[in-house]
Amino acid sequence: MKLSIIDYGAGNLPSVERALRKLGAETECVARPEQIAAARALILPGVGHFSAFVAGLRERNLTVALRQALTSGAPILGICLGLQAMFASSAEAPGEQGLDLIHENVQALSSNVKSPHIGWNQLRRLRNSILLRDIPEDAYFYFAHSYAAAASEPHIAAACDHGFPFAAVLEQDNLMAVQFHPEKSGEAGACVLRNFLEWAQ
Amino acid sequence: MTLARRIIPCLDVDAGRVVKGVAFAGLRDMGDPEELAARYNDGGADELILLDITASRDCRATFLETVQRVARQLNIPFTAGGGIRRLEDGHAVLRAGADKIAVNTAAVERPELISELAARFGSQAVVLSMDVKKTAAGWDVFIRGGAESSGRNAAAWAREGVARGAGEILLTSIDRDGTCSGFDCGLTAAIAAQVSVPVIASGGAKTFDDFLAVFGEGQADAALAASIFHTAEHSIGALKKYLAGRGVPVRLSR
Repeated sequence: MKLSIIDYGAGNLPSVERALRKLGAETECVARPEQIAAARALILPGVGHFSAFVAGLRERNLTVALRQALTSGAPILGICLGLQAMFASSAEAPGEQGLDLIHENVQALSSNVKSPHIGWNQLRRLRNSILLRDIPEDAYFYFAHSYAAAASEPHIAAACDHGFPFAAVLEQDNLMAVQFHPEKSGEAGACVLRNFLEWAQ
Repeated sequence: MTLARRIIPCLDVDAGRVVKGVAFAGLRDMGDPEELAARYNDGGADELILLDITASRDCRATFLETVQRVARQLNIPFTAGGGIRRLEDGHAVLRAGADKIAVNTAAVERPELISELAARFGSQAVVLSMDVKKTAAGWDVFIRGGAESSGRNAAAWAREGVARGAGEILLTSIDRDGTCSGFDCGLTAAIAAQVSVPVIASGGAKTFDDFLAVFGEGQADAALAASIFHTAEHSIGALKKYLAGRGVPVRLSR
């Protein structure tokens, strides 16, 4: 199955692409609305500023196509900012609108912990997870972010604690997203990508 | 559930080869960057840093090619730096496969560079690298590979860098670099107390106890070393087991 990696101009595509190809997946980078509409499964990588992401999608006329693809059930894996993008808005860019598939807001990490939250951290499982299948409970994943969504809702499969418990793994119908970088998380990360591939088949 | 302390091998490269000096001088060839990167990736490194120590304009293409070759070997985070003077330089390094950009001299000369990079790529992608040396005036920031004092105080510069958007500080003690006399824990703790972002301690690593000390009294979030790993004097796996046995949270590979 071919995976379409959304290129909105700021993401770190090469490493995501390389990690997926190592697992035997076929990948293509897409930057046009009709490519998104035709995609079997999507990857939304994310590095950078929330507003750069929103602007990148808008400039390429991708926002509507992406929302349509996702509301019609196309499987997607959002990574880092790609998770935050699924929310309504972010404190990083007040006034900018996210994809609003999850009607909540992304907030800044609390001021009593180091921010950005950079490094390898563990997860707390909240329910059965498709993406974390066969991964040891104590596995570490690589995080690099200053904003996060509170892990309060039923669509959160695993949380991570840094200041407050935040959404580390989101799974809701066709929407899958992780706040950490699976492509940078060694073996455990490769396993997350493999689980996504198998599920999206 | 705790954020693990990171062990970060560093590759100093010159014209496509890994080199290592003592107190920033007397370079020796240490091998091929791609081979070392693969070894560290599989050996339990938490991250890899690649620094172009010549940072010359003419060698840009060679450096980007090295970044690309190294990135191919990694499934861990990867920082690259050296000679990044403009937004476009940073973009080229990220496009070549790095996750973070380290800036040093150019940021001291034009601090707006930090703000520009952070606005474009996010703070998590911007590492402020500072080379610090003890002088009569205190801890001073040195530039051009440690050749020249910038006249800036290390703590003040760290604070300014973070205020401008740096997401991490790579703090190198010039006095300790390559001397194998241990990290400068006093310097590291002093800077860590000044900023809200992670601090990577660098310079002087020799024994396992040096790492234990820098994560303890040094308050470091990560520790960087080059020589001791390149020469295979220590394996990262053995170091992490040692640290884990003494209560330091580390990511142990299976």
